[in-house]
Amino acid sequence: MAKHNILIVEDSPTMRQLIIFSLKRISDCNLVEATDGVDGWKKLSGQNFDLILTDINMPVMDGLKLVSLIRSDEKKKNIPIIIITTEGAEEDKKRGLALGANDYIAKPIQSHTLLEVVKKYIH
Amino acid sequence: MTEKKIPGEWPRQKAEEFLQVFYKGAEFTKELMEENEKLRYKVMQLEEGTKSKEADPNLNERLVKMEKEIRSLEEDKERLLRIHEEVEQENKDFADRYIVVQEENNNLANLYIASHQLHSTLDYKEVLRVVLEIVINLIGAETFCLMLLDEKHNEMATVAAEGIEVHQVKNIKIGKGTIGEVAKTGESYFSQDLTNNTELDLKNPVACVPLKIKENVIGLLVIYKLLVQKSEFKNIDFELFSLLASHAATAIYSAKLYSQSERKLSTIQGFLDLLTETPQRKPGQEPETPLT
Repeated sequence: MAKHNILIVEDSPTMRQLIIFSLKRISDCNLVEATDGVDGWKKLSGQNFDLILTDINMPVMDGLKLVSLIRSDEKKKNIPIIIITTEGAEEDKKRGLALGANDYIAKPIQSHTLLEVVKKYIH
Repeated sequence: MTEKKIPGEWPRQKAEEFLQVFYKGAEFTKELMEENEKLRYKVMQLEEGTKSKEADPNLNERLVKMEKEIRSLEEDKERLLRIHEEVEQENKDFADRYIVVQEENNNLANLYIASHQLHSTLDYKEVLRVVLEIVINLIGAETFCLMLLDEKHNEMATVAAEGIEVHQVKNIKIGKGTIGEVAKTGESYFSQDLTNNTELDLKNPVACVPLKIKENVIGLLVIYKLLVQKSEFKNIDFELFSLLASHAATAIYSAKLYSQSERKLSTIQGFLDLLTETPQRKPGQEPETPLT
């Protein structure tokens, strides 16, 4: 069975570890980590991905900028993107979805919620 | 005027009347014969039924046996239905248990990750960052601060904060107010009402957890406001608070000691370098490495 490549763009190591722990339950997926938007964009250039999970508030390049870049790139624009939002982030969530993100998850992340949302985009 | 009778008219009328009566009689006779036929057929059927009954003397026995079989089958059906219900119930129990186990698993994962991150570094600032991350990402706090004990002044001083500037939170004397009381007693405080926390009240947090090494309170985690989507503390939150109370305390303390020892070590190293270099130095020559 072909593996699903999932890119996790998150500056917090705690969150990355939590996301990876949860997604490891999906047997056929390959998880790639990126620490910010720029790192995420670099990883996207070198590999094909089936799904991107990105935090909004990150140093160097935030998640919204990354979403915008991906949606304006001819080769990558169809990759599903899930944004991770935090406190009072209604605006961020709306902006993310308006920029072309497919879905969102609110912090604190619950493992089962994360799995449910991710499974909607990888079959 | 009297009606004149035409000769020959009367017998014809009579004949027609007679014919009508005859036809009616014929129809009636036909109906009777049909009815008779039906009755004969029924009689024949009944006779045949009687004959077959007579021909099968075990019919009653067979009927009783069949009735028994029906009863037994019905009992089996009842039993199977009961088993089905039991299996269904067991299935439901297993599904419920699976959910509980899954939740426990998730909670353990959160605790493991929190603990792993806390002890992954000896850098003081890094440890503080990890504590903040845990509180934001695993507990779901929006505005909070981390205070450490200032033994010299017997008060709690803010060393890190999220959603608020560090300097905005004033130092708190041990035993003073809700926060000071937590620092004094070492007992966690949780507000009853978590929803009514729109106004930031720095004296009345929604939660205050002491960071302890054994029974000594070395710091406090003070939460003023939770994320909008977080309306209550769950079991996992209390477990995380409990983990932070001990692990964050030891991690912060260890990191502090480590950074102090690092500083001391570099100072001692500097002295040693100075001592070993001194004899080779010419009079009036400055040391090559300045002391820090």
